[in-house]
Amino acid sequence: MKSGSNLERVLAAGHFSVTAECGPPRGADPNVVLEKAAFVKGNVDACNVTDNQTSVVRMSSLAGCMLVRDAGVEPLIQMVVRDRNRIALQSDLLGASALGVRNLLCLSGDHQKFGDDPQAKNVFDIDSMQLIHMVKTMRDEGVFPSGDKLEGAPEFYIGCAVNPFADPYEIRVARLKLKMDAGADFVQTQCIYNMPKFIQYMEDAKKQGLHEKIKILAGVTPLKSAGMGKFMNRMVAGIDIPEEVIKRIADEPKEKQAAKGIEVCIEQIGELKEMEGIAGIHVMAIEWEEKLAEIIGGAGLLPRPVVEQ
Amino acid sequence: MITGTPKPIDEILEMVEPYDNIIVAGCFGCVTVCRVGGDKEVQVLSSTLRLAREALGKKIEIKEVCLERQCDPEYLELMRPYVEDHQAVLSIACGAGIQFLAEKFTITPVLPGINTGFLGVTERQGEWAERCQGCGDCVLHLTGGICPVTRCAKSIFHGPCGGSVSGKCEVSKDVACGWQLILDRLKALDQMDNYGKIKPYKGWDSSRDGGPRRIIREDMI
Repeated sequence: MKSGSNLERVLAAGHFSVTAECGPPRGADPNVVLEKAAFVKGNVDACNVTDNQTSVVRMSSLAGCMLVRDAGVEPLIQMVVRDRNRIALQSDLLGASALGVRNLLCLSGDHQKFGDDPQAKNVFDIDSMQLIHMVKTMRDEGVFPSGDKLEGAPEFYIGCAVNPFADPYEIRVARLKLKMDAGADFVQTQCIYNMPKFIQYMEDAKKQGLHEKIKILAGVTPLKSAGMGKFMNRMVAGIDIPEEVIKRIADEPKEKQAAKGIEVCIEQIGELKEMEGIAGIHVMAIEWEEKLAEIIGGAGLLPRPVVEQ
Repeated sequence: MITGTPKPIDEILEMVEPYDNIIVAGCFGCVTVCRVGGDKEVQVLSSTLRLAREALGKKIEIKEVCLERQCDPEYLELMRPYVEDHQAVLSIACGAGIQFLAEKFTITPVLPGINTGFLGVTERQGEWAERCQGCGDCVLHLTGGICPVTRCAKSIFHGPCGGSVSGKCEVSKDVACGWQLILDRLKALDQMDNYGKIKPYKGWDSSRDGGPRRIIREDMI
């Protein structure tokens, strides 16, 4: 075991894993996180806590992780290199590990332009690839990147993200391999809606045997309405929601679109579950955590397995 | 070249408000090439200020000069005989020139007439674009001659990130994805081997992060 996290144990035991995410609030109210975590509890193997996603200021991901853990859910800390230089990254990694966080997702972070402080200075001292490498060095060699010995190495199950739908397609699998080579143990993908394109991506990944070396967790996001799908297509770079997916939801009357969105999401999970090389699912129910039990249960993934340490 | 843009005239008028006898100083270097701080711009800016101040009923005397370069001491020295006869110098050279002027003439206020931009190129008449951040550790031989530090909005060394769509950056549809450009060029050069390797963390100490930089060429001293 690299970290001994529940997520790592579940995957190592060969189970199909389930992760979800909690976005911390735009304020200091801990109850917002606790309430979301209550919907997550029992439905996942670990729960991502996002790190100022879309550059909108929120409660810190580490604080969110502590609250999620208090609510009885294993946290997975997201860490972006947009806001921290290598000094702060190392320090926060040590702190997170000391506080018991065992899962980590290394990300670049959306450009600050999208947030409420577009005039902020960004950092990008190292990139997400190098962050993965840095954590692995600290965990496995017990040293700082400078070479100095650590007083206790951080223990993390190291994750990365990939977007199979961004351009140019031809380097997307190569980039997954790079992240794997840098030290990623698992990967969570961008939300999948374009299934044919994702099937192609997996075929290309499998040709290189990547699925046998890194745990691939397929990302899904249930659509609350056809409007949400159109909005995401328009506003979120690298999101690819095919017209026919939106049409299936748009064909329903307004009050039934949410239910249809969930139905489509469950279908997608079913398809992904059967796909060779997919080790788990990552459900990003954005501000819709209360539907997690319905989605994950509906996909036949409950109860979650218990794997002893 | 070093590029720049003129400061809004209202901002300049506010700066020169306390004075009625100033120098407007241009530079025949980069700012002449990018048409923001040369001889011609000195004339136009001076006329504009005179007219504006006359309209306000508060006339201003302006001496117009354009130095060969404001970043070299010998040219700045040419101003010494008359600088102190004026209340202030409004420089429309780059930030380096403006500061060097201020360093040399310590008792005369020096005011910036332009906002200094970036190290860039003239893509077409009237359009300049950034190419270099002067980070002090060039990797262009590995990236097809396209700089990841400057051309990628996140300055990442293993791009493109997940926000690259149809060759455009997530920051704006008007900005090319630097890593798409790098990949296209590497492919054209048959150098895709350069992709797919993990690069060491960049040392930013050779960049601005190491503090103000200095180059000393012993062979020239």
